[in-house]
Amino acid sequence: MADIVLDGVYKTYSDGYTAVKDLNLEIGDGEFMILVGPSGCGKSTALNMIAGLEDISAGELRIGGEVVNKKAPRDRDIAMVFQSYALYPHMTVRDNIAFALKLAKTPKEEIDRKVQEAADILDLGQHLERKPANLSGGQRQRVAMGRAIVRSPKAFLMDEPLSNLDAKLRVQMRAEVARIQHRLNTTTVYVTHDQTEAMTLGDRVAIMLSGELQQVASPMELYNNPANLFVAGFIGSPGMNFLPATLDGDTAKLPMVSVKLPQEVRERIGRAEPGKKLIAGIRPEDFEDAAQVPAETRGRGTTFQTKFDLVEAMGAEFYVHFGVKADQMQGSAQMDALMEDQGGIAESGDEGEAVVVARLSAESRATTGEPTEVWLDATKMHFFDADSGRALSSK
Amino acid sequence: MTESTQRQKILWILGTILVLFYALIPVLWIISLSLKDPTTIGDQKFFPTKWTWDNYDAVFSGGLGFNHALFNSIGIAMITTLIALVFASMAAYAITRLEFPGKTLILAGALAISMFPAISIVGGLFNVWRVVGLYDTWPGLILPYLSFSLPLSIYILSAFFREIPWDLEKAAQMDGATGAQAFRRVILPLAMPGVFTAGILVFISAWNDFLFANVLTSTDASRTAPVALSFFRGASQFTDPSGAIAAGAVIVTIPILIMVLIFQRRIVSGLTSGAVKG
Repeated sequence: MADIVLDGVYKTYSDGYTAVKDLNLEIGDGEFMILVGPSGCGKSTALNMIAGLEDISAGELRIGGEVVNKKAPRDRDIAMVFQSYALYPHMTVRDNIAFALKLAKTPKEEIDRKVQEAADILDLGQHLERKPANLSGGQRQRVAMGRAIVRSPKAFLMDEPLSNLDAKLRVQMRAEVARIQHRLNTTTVYVTHDQTEAMTLGDRVAIMLSGELQQVASPMELYNNPANLFVAGFIGSPGMNFLPATLDGDTAKLPMVSVKLPQEVRERIGRAEPGKKLIAGIRPEDFEDAAQVPAETRGRGTTFQTKFDLVEAMGAEFYVHFGVKADQMQGSAQMDALMEDQGGIAESGDEGEAVVVARLSAESRATTGEPTEVWLDATKMHFFDADSGRALSSK
Repeated sequence: MTESTQRQKILWILGTILVLFYALIPVLWIISLSLKDPTTIGDQKFFPTKWTWDNYDAVFSGGLGFNHALFNSIGIAMITTLIALVFASMAAYAITRLEFPGKTLILAGALAISMFPAISIVGGLFNVWRVVGLYDTWPGLILPYLSFSLPLSIYILSAFFREIPWDLEKAAQMDGATGAQAFRRVILPLAMPGVFTAGILVFISAWNDFLFANVLTSTDASRTAPVALSFFRGASQFTDPSGAIAAGAVIVTIPILIMVLIFQRRIVSGLTSGAVKG
């Protein structure tokens, strides 16, 4: 076991494209670190550099305190689980798992014992003599995991290991991965584009965008204190609503309502020039049907009237969509990246109108087209500089 | 609907018979000739009136040098196949997996070489081989065979290597394999259908060659079976050697048949299924 340190790591391809820019990341011994971001953000490149499958253009990579920039993958003593699983199709499950040990010239009895151990952990016992072609997707995924854990390496690298599974199995394997990592307590770097996986699995999550690290923090910290627009929009589902806003003293002017900011929020965001163009971020779960808000919490926020364009009943909750008169927000690069990540179909409503998604409790009597009073929790509001995309902060 | 499928069936059967007829009649004719007695060899009948094994006895009796020629043929074709496969698989692997300048040029050049007409170099080769002492030796034939079969094998094998997911090789590297180990233990076993395909083609081309073998050999030391056949004489100058030639021709096809039957079973597709994804 060992820690992994990326110190000012760059990856520039021969055609001049820089996939990773000045990546600084310290992954502690036994830590479960998630690299997450939209496709093309450099997260897989970063993982491949740690693995040794790609050269490091500049900077330093240390595993267990030792600089390994020039070391071949086989000398780094790390195991990798591939998105495609990459099982050796001509070998049985047993041989697949034992392959690394055989290459390392491990004695036969020890190989047998370790393979059996890995198979027990992964519940592969009765499939050891089968070929990968005859296994289901979930079983193949487990064989790929088995191949990694059998070696007791310094670290696991996982490249979107669950993305080829169907939704149900993915949730199941997600818990499995977390359980195994917890049990073995091996340093793990896990790449994914799925923010749910990132939130649920990681001790810490590193969010990347176009080769640059945006924020590294625990899942809750990312959720509560996103460093910029991109992080704020990427974490959470449905995503955070963004609305143009200006600050005037301790009042935030939103398109639909003016909100008096509580003391704690003012302290958090610090001072902003009056009239400066800002973007306010409000998570869907920080709205509520005003009728459902208990009197004692009501004072934390503000209410306003609106009509819902769409009400989605989820059983445990409602998602409601409503339009708000707002000018097009000047698209910063981060907003564009967010839009692209959501497939470019983030609702934009009519001209001059932004669509807000809110999550209401199941008790709400929300109906389409009826004027409803909606409450928003002012203490959970986020504010971002419209030009730079950075979160306003007193620090 | 049923009528049309019935018609299709009949047409299929007719077509198959036509193709089989076209392909097999010459072979059957040669076999029939090889079993005919010298006195009836010109009777133009498909089924021999007098059956005999004499022609085969004559071929193997030794006076014609056919035994030795057969040995030369087998040896030369096998060595050529072996060397071609070893070099071609390494070259094809490099071409598919590595990025280096002039990669496409190499592949295009290889293909161009294999299209080069053999007849245009055989004269020069004859002179060169006599000077350097390769004339009438096994290497003297293996070398030109290699230069024509290597490009083709490289082409075939690189197509097969390209089909193998690159992740497998990365996985092998992560599992602690050196480049050579990854190649030998993971990539090559998966490319076996390609290796056998290339192997059969190389073997057949070396086995069938007449031009080089005719020009570059002079004695039993390296004369191959197809050339030896052309040197068959009758018992006297008035005896027709057709029967013996037919028998020799039948014998020459047998190793090829065996080769193809053995290797064909290995050319199974779908060997890489189950490697990636679900």
